Amino acid sequence: MSTSHVVSSRPPAREPEGVICRYTLGERVHHWLAALTYIYCLITGLAFWSPYMYWLATLVGGGPTARFWHPWFGLGFTLSIFWMYKMWIGDMRITDADRRWSKAMRYYVENQDEKLPPEGRFNYGQKLFFWLMFYGVILLVISGFGLWFVESIPWSLRWLRYTAVTVHVVAALATIAGFIIHVYMGTAMVRGGFTSIIRGEVTSTWAKTHHRLWYEQVTKGTSSQK
Amino acid sequence: MSQATLAIKRISGHAGPAPGEGVERDYQVCKLVDTTTCIGCKACEVACLEWNGYEFTDTVFDNSYQTMPETTWKYWNLIKFNEHENSDGTISLLMRKDQCMHCADPGCLAACPADGAIVQYTNGIVDFQQQNCIGCGYCVSGCPFDIPKFNPATKKMFKCTLCVDRVSEGLEPACIKSCPTGCLHFGTKEDMTDLAEKRATQLRENFGFEKAGVYDPAGVGGTGVIYVLHDATNPEAYGGLPKDPHIPWVVKFWKGPAKWIGNLAMLGGILRVTVHYLRFGPKIVDGSKHENGGQP
Repeated sequence: MSTSHVVSSRPPAREPEGVICRYTLGERVHHWLAALTYIYCLITGLAFWSPYMYWLATLVGGGPTARFWHPWFGLGFTLSIFWMYKMWIGDMRITDADRRWSKAMRYYVENQDEKLPPEGRFNYGQKLFFWLMFYGVILLVISGFGLWFVESIPWSLRWLRYTAVTVHVVAALATIAGFIIHVYMGTAMVRGGFTSIIRGEVTSTWAKTHHRLWYEQVTKGTSSQK
Repeated sequence: MSQATLAIKRISGHAGPAPGEGVERDYQVCKLVDTTTCIGCKACEVACLEWNGYEFTDTVFDNSYQTMPETTWKYWNLIKFNEHENSDGTISLLMRKDQCMHCADPGCLAACPADGAIVQYTNGIVDFQQQNCIGCGYCVSGCPFDIPKFNPATKKMFKCTLCVDRVSEGLEPACIKSCPTGCLHFGTKEDMTDLAEKRATQLRENFGFEKAGVYDPAGVGGTGVIYVLHDATNPEAYGGLPKDPHIPWVVKFWKGPAKWIGNLAMLGGILRVTVHYLRFGPKIVDGSKHENGGQP
């Protein structure tokens, strides 16, 4: 394989707007680690959730196998979310721009983006999703240990067994709500979003439209883009 | 019984009614434990191990007459011992045979997510089917008596089967067979309830146990194991027998309304994003025929 082949396999910058790096390789790897572990837990968790979805367990090797791996994949998801926290905490704090944007969120939902105030690298909705998953996974992993080692909770503290069930269910449903919206927006609704988390790149028009403050920040002091 | 027996309804060339015609069999089986005549010999513990093929486990000495603190996945039958101080300062040595209660409304079965892992037979026996068990332990949260136990080697749950294999062949459970004092009885629920009530009356009228009574808790729809207690007002004294057991309300909510609220919410979410897409469509910013953010 020649070097030129490797080079040509990269997406060429499109003129005239150029291409901006939105997600580094590390960020993309962690996103997909989180995505795959979450989807595994979602499939197996839904199988345990309802008899009408128990058939989902057969997709991943049957009930006992699903039960065996669910907590381990859950731990993997927890670690990947904690890593994301470390990676993105600087970009995920709610700012004044977010507060302005949140008041105009209706325009975002209705695709009237020109009426929206400018946003940074992540918009308010993305940040909400991040914090939903972050706090969700904390609740899921703590209650998950309670379900995993339920017999280790003494009978006298059995209210903890019941609390673990409740917290796990509520937190899982909350993350599923976020997950549905996230997948919809990342694939069908916001065109360009999905390729950006696959290949890491967006056009400058895209960046200008959706994340103007971030665009200005990454292009500041230079006329050429990466 | 797990298998229905064939009862004759009509026979040919027979003078008079068919033998057994119109006879109804009471299929509801029940174990009666009379704690007032239990001497704590633990023959039932040994018989249980023998019949079910488990090795005797090391005992755990905790300054008591009890073999170990709790039943385990391979020790389904345990005499719970309690040195109970009565209100008049005297001591009662209370012994209660602890095992699965075979609830009419079983919390384990309600909590179980695995298709066919827990069955309730028409005779009232609640039985775990290990080939369908996924080892999740939800039954542990569902049980009001803390009975199901996890085998870490096979990752399956185990508990007393009420010797379903013996009972379905017309035999009494192994523990009943071994009891030397006759404090254990086995028969139909009706017969056992009668016997238990008679014994409780006897205890009240002839032995001065004014609070004697039968433990057959209504909160779980009655049980397939019932007790005669000297003091039915204080079942907790008998090794923590719950006073008013019922399926935990969390488990009922989780397996009932929460299921439908959650399922509707998930379906609603998918429906809403679909409608959103049909109503507003995608956000396309590049204005070119490439809609994917500039990827060629």
